Order: sequence, then structure tokens, then C-alpha cells
Amino acid sequence: MSTDNRIKVDTDELQNDDLKTGQDSAVTDNPWESLRKFTDARIGLGRSGVSVPTKHLLDFQLAHARAQDAVHSPLQTEQLIDNLVQQSWCPAGLPFQLHSQAEHRAEYLQRPDLGRRLNSGSQQILQDHQHPKAAQGERYDLAIAIVDGLSARAIEDNCLPFLAQLVPLLTGHKQPWKIAPLAIVEQGRVAVGDHVGELLNARCVLVLVGERPGLSSPDSLGLYLTWNPKVGHTDALRNCISNVRPAGYRFPEAARKALYLLNEARHLEVSGVNLKDRSDDSALEQDDNHNHNFLIGHS
Amino acid sequence: MSAEQQHAAFRHQAGQSTFYFRDLADLMAKATPARSGDRLAGVAARSAEERAVAQMALADVPLKRFLSEALIPYEDDEVTRLIMDDHDKNAFAPISHLTVGDFRDWLLSDLATTSVLEQIRAGITPEMAAAVSKIMRNQDLILVAKKCHVKSAFRNTIGLPGHLSTRLQPNHPTDDLSGIAASILDGLLYANGDAVIGINPATDNVPQACRLMKMMDEVIQHYEIPTQSCVLTHVTNTIEAIEQGAPVDLVFQSIGGTQATNDSFGFNLATLQEARDAALSLKRGTVGDNVMYFETGQGSSLSANAHHGVDQQTCEARAYAVARKFSPLLVNTVVGFIGPEYLYDGKEITRAGLEDHFCAKLLGLPMGCDVCYTNHANADQNDMDNLMTLLGVAGCTFIMGIPGSDDIMLNYQTTSFHDALYARRALGLKPAPEFAAWLEQVEIFRNGQSFTLNNQLPARFEQSLGNLLGGH
Repeated sequence: MSTDNRIKVDTDELQNDDLKTGQDSAVTDNPWESLRKFTDARIGLGRSGVSVPTKHLLDFQLAHARAQDAVHSPLQTEQLIDNLVQQSWCPAGLPFQLHSQAEHRAEYLQRPDLGRRLNSGSQQILQDHQHPKAAQGERYDLAIAIVDGLSARAIEDNCLPFLAQLVPLLTGHKQPWKIAPLAIVEQGRVAVGDHVGELLNARCVLVLVGERPGLSSPDSLGLYLTWNPKVGHTDALRNCISNVRPAGYRFPEAARKALYLLNEARHLEVSGVNLKDRSDDSALEQDDNHNHNFLIGHS
Repeated sequence: MSAEQQHAAFRHQAGQSTFYFRDLADLMAKATPARSGDRLAGVAARSAEERAVAQMALADVPLKRFLSEALIPYEDDEVTRLIMDDHDKNAFAPISHLTVGDFRDWLLSDLATTSVLEQIRAGITPEMAAAVSKIMRNQDLILVAKKCHVKSAFRNTIGLPGHLSTRLQPNHPTDDLSGIAASILDGLLYANGDAVIGINPATDNVPQACRLMKMMDEVIQHYEIPTQSCVLTHVTNTIEAIEQGAPVDLVFQSIGGTQATNDSFGFNLATLQEARDAALSLKRGTVGDNVMYFETGQGSSLSANAHHGVDQQTCEARAYAVARKFSPLLVNTVVGFIGPEYLYDGKEITRAGLEDHFCAKLLGLPMGCDVCYTNHANADQNDMDNLMTLLGVAGCTFIMGIPGSDDIMLNYQTTSFHDALYARRALGLKPAPEFAAWLEQVEIFRNGQSFTLNNQLPARFEQSLGNLLGGH
């Protein structure tokens, strides 16, 4: 196969040795493979020569393919709206179908500034749909912006089951939250939520956005809340809950955390670095059984 | 003629058309090979022709001009002051008569030997290095970088010709010690970790940093590994950790090429000096005293809105002036991490990686590269194979090593433990000599010459793992 003499010699050497030890496979397994119980990292893969064995190479390619698809697949907005309006908890009013100023994915990826603003048609839609009693000074407490971000899959898989947990908590609260019709934004970034909230004159905005997919997390949903949303707000004015998905931060816990932050924001009329999270959070606590260094024999 | 044209500092005739460039920063930006970050900043050439003409005009600029015309004002920026105040006129003398175009010819010529390049280092400013890189092809960047030898040392010797080191990066999303230990073991048994065992902590505070420092120190001592550890936490956290008596080998900081970038990172040059002094006072190095580990990357200044209209590659080169001031053990350009709004695809990432490595080596830094990409960039493992191979040929100081290329904490892909062994076999590149000797001594390498690993679990590790692995 190879014309490189040195590599040939190595191969011969390996075969001789493998015969002696009773191993005749081209793949050398790693006896420490079982340590994978401690981590999702790709350890103990074994090797073909010094290279990644075929099985693990193909597993990786599949994970990367899923992550790429998550970035590049467009959000199925009509289907999402159909599903949402069938839910008993769906806030009143037909969801708004909106679009950022980034026309397509390639532009979105290279121009984050365009993904942070609604295009003119979408701005008009929101200006035409103010709170029905806006003239009497009534406002929505909360606008919920559902934004594709970097993973439409995160929205398609996780936004509905998450909202099914959160919305009943908000509307059933002793001081019920008045929620605007849902806003769905294509080619949007986190900050587009401030544009939505400002145009709807809402007291607060909660953004559900598809996060940058990791190799093992193509479906991760991020939650960002801003009190008194205005275009131009920075991250310092937002609170974030990350990694919301079945294999990450689960929906009931994430909904309770979001409810806590929303109520605190409404109470203190702030968000971001001035809104400290003092809620108990068992989901993020470490498993003490794993907290020792077996390499030096402590246990 | 428009007012803009009238006030242009540079003009260049190309056929029927005359091209105008506002000032040196504009000329540098327009001459830069295409990339998304410069388009985002609005400083890139507006056409391919304008870019090619800008490169011609830049080639005519005398190197001396960079000493009299600061791209970012001296009064406003401590990085500019550092560059200007530390410039060594004697070292510059042999090249002081050259233009940028002449400089490329000279660097490629046989006049520019390894020892001559070492002698003129302190006379080259980051802007000169950036300017010449903009008119060099990828093969030029590789060939000249290969001639620049930069050695550094702490518990082993990094950067010898014919060597390639690796940072073992055992990150875990919750800093679970068993999870981290599992990745460290995997990396060591794949012969990685001579540059540093370096953790990006998921929880970034002082107690957590101390806990991780202690854990790595115990491993290094227990197995008597000639390497060093680092927790990649903020420099002020590391200063505090040293005050609390934590076993700090290397001080980490992300750095940028403008004062405003570094302000946004929460430090200044005085902070770095304080941290270096503190680390040196611990005297933990055995074969050298390079105690700093810096990370850089094109786009960080624009991202912090701190680029002053200067293109991202020139900002990046200016960060090397900051690094050079503090004699680091390692500098790492994290080239594809920042995302496609700065480097769009495999082609742009590859070019940037080679530029960064060249500029840093020319300026005398032990430059490694996080050959990497995110899932929203138009890049894949094949692009990384290409860049890693090119950098291996160019004499890159170190690359990352991570289990199966997948960083489960930072959610991006970089080079794997296996990849480093590929580079060793394909290019004949050895680990740091002290580390290589250890690998043979503990029988991780069965044959260090051919980079052949032991088929069995080495006895030294079997002792620790016996219970865990059941029945060994």
C-alpha cells in the first residue's frame, strides 16, 4: 500500500509482535476504554497504526454532519406555527412570522450585525399589531421571540416542549404574565429579541435561540431575557440559560429557572449583571462520586 | 479629483486606472488576502483588482516608514508605545534600506540565514512583519518560518528544529476531576502533553483554578513527567492563586494587539509584568524560566470594537509585541475558534494560520497553533489535516491534542492525540527531548524512533488503574 519504507518496516514489526501476543487485528484497542464512564470525551478510541480506527472516524463524521445540518437547515416556520397554535397554552393571537435583515445563511454567518435587526417588513408587522388597549396605556408584560440562531433543529425539537412547561407557569402565576403573540424570527441572533420587544412595547423579552451546535449537541437551545428591551442593549443587560435540551438542562428545570429570573426581573425592574441568580440549582451541582483523581490513587 | 483622492497618502497607477489609499492602515487593510472579518469591519479591498494593486503599492513602502507612522496613535495606545520604545535600531540596520517588497526577496534569499534572522528580530516591528506577510504566498510563509528557530524552556525544551510539541487539553464541561483525569491519561498514553497540560476551566474562578492546578501538579509529580501545567484562567485569578500558594507553572492570558482590546480582556501590560514576576518567584522551572502562555487570534480586536480601522491580521501581529515583552514558553494562535464572521472557511483559516505562525516566528516567538474550526464555519477535518501538515512543514512549535478532536467543553474541533502522531510519522517530528526520554522510560513508546506505541498498558499506569479497569 504505502511506498514509504519506514512505515512498511513498522507494519512488519507490529505484525510480528501482534502474532506473539495473540493479537492479529489491524486495530489496537485501548484497555482504558472503560474510563469513558467518567467523560463524554472521545477517549480510548484505539488505533489503526497511529490513526483513528474506521468505526470512530465514521462516528465523528456523522456527528459533524448533524452539527452542520443543524446550522444550515432552514427553520420550518409554517409547520412550527401550526404546531404551536394547536397547544392549549399558546398565547392568544396568531404568531408573528418575522425575518432579520440577513437575507440568507451565508450572509447571516458573515454579518452578525444584520442578524440583530428585523427587516422593514417585519418591523411594519409589529407596528401594526400593538397591544389592543395600547391607547389606554396597557402593555404586554412579556414578548417571547423564537429565533433560529445557529440551530433550527434546536427550535424544532425543543421550543415546544420547553414552552409547554414555561407558559402555564407564567399565566398561572399569582400575578399572571400578559404575554404577546409569539414572534418567530428567521436568520436571527440573540439581540433581535430586543428589536421585537421594543416594537411590541413589551416590558420584557425572552428569546429562545438555537445555540452554536457542538459535535454531541446539535439541538442545544439558549434562553436570554432582557428587561425593558431596546435596540443596542449589550450582553451585560441579558440573563442567559444555556444548553436546554433533553440530554442537557432539562425542560422542567429550565422552565423553573426562567420563571425565577422573569419574576425577579419584574420585581427589581432590571436584568443582566444586576440580576443575580440566587435560586437553588441541583441540576448543575457536581456529582461528588466523580470528584477524585484516580491517576494518583486517591479515592 | 475628489477630496478623498486629494488627501490620499498613497496612489498607484495600474493601466488606465489610478488607485488611491487613504493612509498606511488603509493600504495594509486593502492589501490583505480576502477574509470575512475585514469585510465585516468595512476595511477590505472592494475588488480583487484593488487588492492586487494595494499589494503593489505596499511593496513600494520603505520599512522605515513604519517607524515614523504609527497605525494607532502613540499617545492613545500602550501597545504602540511598547512597539516604538522597544525597537532596536542596531538590529534593524541590516534591513533598514529595504522596502516591503525588497524585504520579501531578502527573507527568501540565502542572505537570511537562521542566525541572521535571529540577529535582526528585535529590529522588526509587528507592522513590518504583517506588511511583508500580505505579499507572500503560503509557501513563502512556510519557507521563511522554517528558517526562524525559537527555543523556550521550563521543565523541557520546546522549539528545537525537527521537533513538534503538543498541548494536552483535557477539558470537561463540569471540570469533573475523574473526567479530566481520564482525558489526561488518554493523552499521555498517546504520547501527548510536552508543551503543557492545559485546562480551560468550565467554572472560571480562583478556588476552581487552584483545585485544577493542584490536581495536575500531583499527576506531574507522581509520574515524574518532564512537562508543565496551566489553568487557562484570567491573569488576575492566577496572581491570586499564586498568593494563595497554588502550584502555578505557567501564567495564562488571552492577549490582543491594541490597548483597548486588552482593556476589554481586563488587563494591561503592568498586570502581565506583575504576573510574570510572581510566577518567576516560585522557581518551578527546571531547565528554563519561560513562565508565560499567551493565546491570540485574528478578529479579537474587531470583536471588542477596538481595532481602530486596522485590519485583523495587523492587529494580530501587534499582539506579538505584547507576547514578546514577557518571554513566553508558548504562544498559541487559536485560529478557527472565533467563527466564520472573521474567518469564513477552510481557505481563510489556513491562510490566517500560516500568517500568524510566520509573523510570530519572525518576531521571535515560540508559536503554536490551535488548528481548529467551529461547526458554523465552512470547514472540516480535511481542512485541519491540510493546515496541520503545512504548519508541521513550517516548523510550528506545538499543536493541540484532544481526545478524538472533539472539545466537549468549548464545543469546537481541534487536532487529536492521533493527529499529532500522524504529523510525527508523516514529517519525522519528535517531541521535546526530555519528554521523549520519559515516554521511552515509562514504555509509552515502544520505539521512539518510529513513533510506535506500546500495545500493552505500560506497567507504571497499570498500577494506578488496576482497580478501575477490573482484573488487570
